[in-house]
Amino acid sequence: MAGIIVDDRPYQVDERENLLQACLSLGFNLPYFCWHPALGSVGACRQCAVKQFRNEQDRQGHLVMACMTPAADGTRISIEDPEAKTFRASVIEWMMANHPHDCPVCDEGGECHLQDMTVMTGHAYRRFRFNKRTFRNQDLGPFITHEMNRCIQCYRCVRLYRDYAGGRDFDAFGSRNHVYFGRHEDGTLENEFSGNLVEVCPTGVFDDKTLMPHYTRKWDLQTAPSVCAHCSLGCNTIAGERYGTLRRILNRYHNEVNGYFLCDRGRFGYGFVNSEERIRRPKSRPSRDGQTIPIDKDMILRELGPLLADKPSRIIGIGSPRASLESNFALRELVGPERFSLGLSVRDAGLNSIILDILRRGPAPSASIHDVEQADAVLILGEDLINTAPRLALAVRQSARQQPMEIVDKLGIPRWHDAAVREAAHARFGPLFIAAPYSSWFADIATETYHAAPDDLARLGFVVAHELDQAAPTASTVNPTIGSLAKRIAAVLGQAERPLVISGTACKSEAVIQSAANVAWALCKTGTPAKLCYCLPESNSLGLAMLGGKSLEEAFSIVKNGAADTVLILENDLYRRADALSGDAFLKTASKVIILDTLEHDTTAKADVLLPAGTFAESDGTLVNNEGRAQRFYQVFPAEADIQESWRWIRDLAVASGHPAQPNMTAWNTLDDVVLALSEAIPVFRRLAEAAPPEKFRMIGQKIPRQTHRFTGRTSMHAPLLMHEPKPVKDPDSPLAFSMEGYLGQPPSPLITHYWAPGWNSVQALNKFQSEVGGPLRQENPGVRLIESFGKRTVTYFTDAPKPFQALDHGWLILPWYQIFGTDELSARASAMAERIPGPTLMLHPEDAATLRFKAGERTELMLGNRSHRVPVKLDAAVPRGTAALTIVSDFTDAVLPAWSPLIRVAEP
Amino acid sequence: MERPLTHNIKPRAEPLWLAEYEKAGGYESVRKALRTMTPEEVQKLVTESTLRGRGGAGFPTGKKWSFVPMGADAPRPKYLVVNADEMEPGTFKDRLLLEGDPHQMIESMIVSAYAIQADVGYIFLRMEYGIAAARLRKAIKEARAKGYLGRNLLGSDFSFEIYLHTSAGRYICGEETALLNALEGKRAIPRAKPPFPQVVGLWGKPTIVQNVETLCNIPHIITHGVEWYRRLSRGKDGGTKIYGVSGNVKRPGAWELPMGTSIRELLEEHAGGMKDGFAFRGLLPGGASTAMLVEEHLDLPMDFESIPQGGSRMGTGTMIVLDDHTCPVGFAQNLEHFFAQESCGWCTPCWEGLSWTERILQSLEDGQGRMDEIDVLTMHTKLLAPGRTFCALAPGAMDPLQSLLKYCRADFERHIHEKRCPWRDEPNGADGARTWPVSSSMIVPTR
Repeated sequence: MAGIIVDDRPYQVDERENLLQACLSLGFNLPYFCWHPALGSVGACRQCAVKQFRNEQDRQGHLVMACMTPAADGTRISIEDPEAKTFRASVIEWMMANHPHDCPVCDEGGECHLQDMTVMTGHAYRRFRFNKRTFRNQDLGPFITHEMNRCIQCYRCVRLYRDYAGGRDFDAFGSRNHVYFGRHEDGTLENEFSGNLVEVCPTGVFDDKTLMPHYTRKWDLQTAPSVCAHCSLGCNTIAGERYGTLRRILNRYHNEVNGYFLCDRGRFGYGFVNSEERIRRPKSRPSRDGQTIPIDKDMILRELGPLLADKPSRIIGIGSPRASLESNFALRELVGPERFSLGLSVRDAGLNSIILDILRRGPAPSASIHDVEQADAVLILGEDLINTAPRLALAVRQSARQQPMEIVDKLGIPRWHDAAVREAAHARFGPLFIAAPYSSWFADIATETYHAAPDDLARLGFVVAHELDQAAPTASTVNPTIGSLAKRIAAVLGQAERPLVISGTACKSEAVIQSAANVAWALCKTGTPAKLCYCLPESNSLGLAMLGGKSLEEAFSIVKNGAADTVLILENDLYRRADALSGDAFLKTASKVIILDTLEHDTTAKADVLLPAGTFAESDGTLVNNEGRAQRFYQVFPAEADIQESWRWIRDLAVASGHPAQPNMTAWNTLDDVVLALSEAIPVFRRLAEAAPPEKFRMIGQKIPRQTHRFTGRTSMHAPLLMHEPKPVKDPDSPLAFSMEGYLGQPPSPLITHYWAPGWNSVQALNKFQSEVGGPLRQENPGVRLIESFGKRTVTYFTDAPKPFQALDHGWLILPWYQIFGTDELSARASAMAERIPGPTLMLHPEDAATLRFKAGERTELMLGNRSHRVPVKLDAAVPRGTAALTIVSDFTDAVLPAWSPLIRVAEP
Repeated sequence: MERPLTHNIKPRAEPLWLAEYEKAGGYESVRKALRTMTPEEVQKLVTESTLRGRGGAGFPTGKKWSFVPMGADAPRPKYLVVNADEMEPGTFKDRLLLEGDPHQMIESMIVSAYAIQADVGYIFLRMEYGIAAARLRKAIKEARAKGYLGRNLLGSDFSFEIYLHTSAGRYICGEETALLNALEGKRAIPRAKPPFPQVVGLWGKPTIVQNVETLCNIPHIITHGVEWYRRLSRGKDGGTKIYGVSGNVKRPGAWELPMGTSIRELLEEHAGGMKDGFAFRGLLPGGASTAMLVEEHLDLPMDFESIPQGGSRMGTGTMIVLDDHTCPVGFAQNLEHFFAQESCGWCTPCWEGLSWTERILQSLEDGQGRMDEIDVLTMHTKLLAPGRTFCALAPGAMDPLQSLLKYCRADFERHIHEKRCPWRDEPNGADGARTWPVSSSMIVPTR
């Protein structure tokens, strides 16, 4: 700590910070633009000028930029100094010279950092009387709007896009007061983190294009804390609604998980909530060949109740890795653990279980995204992170900056001094080894890459582990290339202070997952505290694995054998999980197929009864992310008429049946009841309730409002429908209220519905919610890590290293090629995504293509799960010989992959 | 009078190529330094010579070098970069040296590189200096063929290579850290100091960036010694200086003279005084970014210590003379137009402040000036001060403006009262028929 004096009063601050960060952490309102807690200081905007004094005698002082001045012990500054205040107001005056006064029609208006800072400095009267400079704007694709006339040249955008996220197709062009921030030509921003421009831009240059068609001011959005539903990382979000439609997603700061940034799938994938294909009413299909007809909620419950009551033992429940723990648990309770299926194939469920088992066994603990950023040597085995866990890829990019920090520290450069840090580290990246079946742009900073079939990737992992610890089993017949690569990897990981091994389910290979564990364990055993990070397919994959249940194949065979005939499917499209023939057979054999889901899909097309489930925005629930962290997401808005949380439907079914398997189920009235039952029923969930405050939690006796205190039109927004102001809907499940009334201060972190503080209307009001700017939130509740392996020291290595991959003469091993846009079931249904989803493609090694006499762009026929498909071929030398990568988009799923298939060139007409 | 820097230079003649250059004593300092001196000894000599940087700031060269990490642990490679991006308006002294004696440049670089143990040298050359580029290329080729460049120079264990880089042409590239960014292929914006380039410079390695004229002093210091060098000067700082005069004088030009030669001697003897019919009003002593001096300052010696007594800086030592036929407001407008255009766009006070001042000055010239905007101009001269802007460009731009407001305020006010520029033939109507040149303030990105 350092003692500094601000306007003649002493304060204690962190000496590793700069004065701006320190002053903001102390609660001072010091305006700034170019500085960002995650991006550091560059001193461009000159907005944070303060007066610095040499000593107590110095009354004259000199202006310094707070962001570029260390918070050294003994520093004396004045924020209130008249000269400093004049200068800060002048900086705003310069910025406003060219800034259009279009706030009323600007999407940023009301949550604009430039507006806030303008008011903060006191600049009001315009003296600049000349024409403003103007620019031509670009079409940057479906996610981001571009209005360059508003630009104040703070350079945050380009620093985020290029320096932080590694994007190449965006830059600063030109000079003086005509710097243009955009692409070299119109076109979609390619970087997967482009959406963060919306929050990083201090004004309305870059805004959320998906918000535009249903634009609403920040203060008119009803918002709630949520957790991203589109991959296993569990990034925290704030979701906003008005008039019953979800309008946008913003980042919700979580110190351990997503920090300040989201990926574009998480930010722009929400549109499925508003989809035309939503199931909004209960429906029944009187005849299997016919259409569904809407049916009254009570009527359908009256019809289904006796069915469930008559033959409880003949019901199979099929859960889902994209449904909440509570909904899965409710289904498990309704049908009984013996008849609860995870809704995953043996293989997929097995992969998740192995990961769970590894994380439980230890000794390598699972890494949070924050841990990943801090890692100083990384080995990725089998994952194409940019597509399977995008936010993790962004974290790995930051980890690659850790080792060069030694140089920076040695030179005495403070870490917040971003430009100097990057100059001193100059194009040096810390160790990052990527071993994956194919390549992505993200490998541009990799120390070494190795592209091979899954079995060979696993073999590399085994050999690395053996290099680290001779007691770890190695693979047979190791060729010299792998041997020397493994030596290099082992040497680097072994010398690192915080090594990390990343793997996951993308290769659909147990061996790959196990080999990653062996590497991390070998490191732990030899005294290096390694962490493990596994990527799973969906938002609650790990939670579902913890819950446990039968595989889909077992469910299929139970119905096939006639042991059950009624099927209750929870938020799951079976055609994504199993081959079409098995799915068809199962749904046909079952006498009653009841599906609870949000969107129509191939499975709902065969349902006898459809019940409308709430999406993440219409329900509360808990998801367990890839590190084992249970996090609560909250209902954003009251669901329309019949839509409700899946667990409530299941509870209603239990009540309707009259004598449920678990009698206490009928007493479930709130989410807390379900959470309590779950934490009592299954030991691993015993701390589940700690993930969020219970419903009865109050701040000074009040609930926390979802609507802002400036929410407008409360009394009139429903006037065209109803003369009377409707009573606010009660929320029985959380301490949040569907209201603008309630506690206006800061609640514990999982309950923050929006960031706002006096004078701070933009997302940067977040500063006021952190105990230290850029650090943890005040009253932080980071969720509950349900798996901790600290303290365990025994290591039992996996022993089954696979044999080397053998290419076949007439068949290719088809591997899944996941896509950030298109693979995830829900976000792929968001209209904004359509333009970004690639068409089905098969990626093939050019030499393999040559033997088949294929040219790029030609189509091939392949056989998967007894079905033939035709897809265009793309050539890429990174694809291992003998394999081919198939995009998992539209009708293609990874259910039957990897699989061998012949490739037959399609003669074009 | 000795003039070591320009000794070999004959106006409108080819420079000395290698054989003649060697015959004239060329590369002697390389032989002396590499064979008889340690790098530390060369550095010591330079420090004792009291040589100060000729690029404008006048920083003691020996002191600058002393910050370079030396010894076996020093990061490698180290770089020596010649700042030959001579874009200061009114300044053409480095051009004279580069075109007139390219081998002197190379010799200077070798001995300087030896002193700091640099491995690679770059000459960052102003885009428009085509003749200099061609001559430097030829000289580098000759020097390489003769073994002055490459591995193990003159059989020593010192190796050094030189590359010529022709700039894309921006004033800000004269700022040493912006120059380094440009050389790395990045946007030419300055870097924050510390860290200084001597420690974190080109590609993150220790780097010395030095002006052409400064470096050209080094071989002569080595060959002839410190005593001789200090005696060349009339003032405290050693050596000679290439001074220049431009404007409506009888003989504009550049001359190598003892450091500390007075302004009056330069103006009246070497430049021949004002052209007939032109009266002296003032001068910018060291390029466009220095404050104006007037009659009362003419007896000041032109050196780093003396010129500040008149409220200005010596800068590059090449003066621009303002006469009575030239509108001081137009003079200011011309200068501020240059600086506003050359702002790199990094820090707000510069990218918008300079543009605003330029537009106010233009409106004065157009007869549309307002009294309250004189205050806006004055405000800028105070706000755009060192430490408040990111680099020295904007403060440099304000120096001539504040001095013109001080010495020629009546002329500014006349523009407002008469609603026209008194130096222009055709006054504008009171209704201000002229409109703003909007086209220059629009940008359309390339398609």
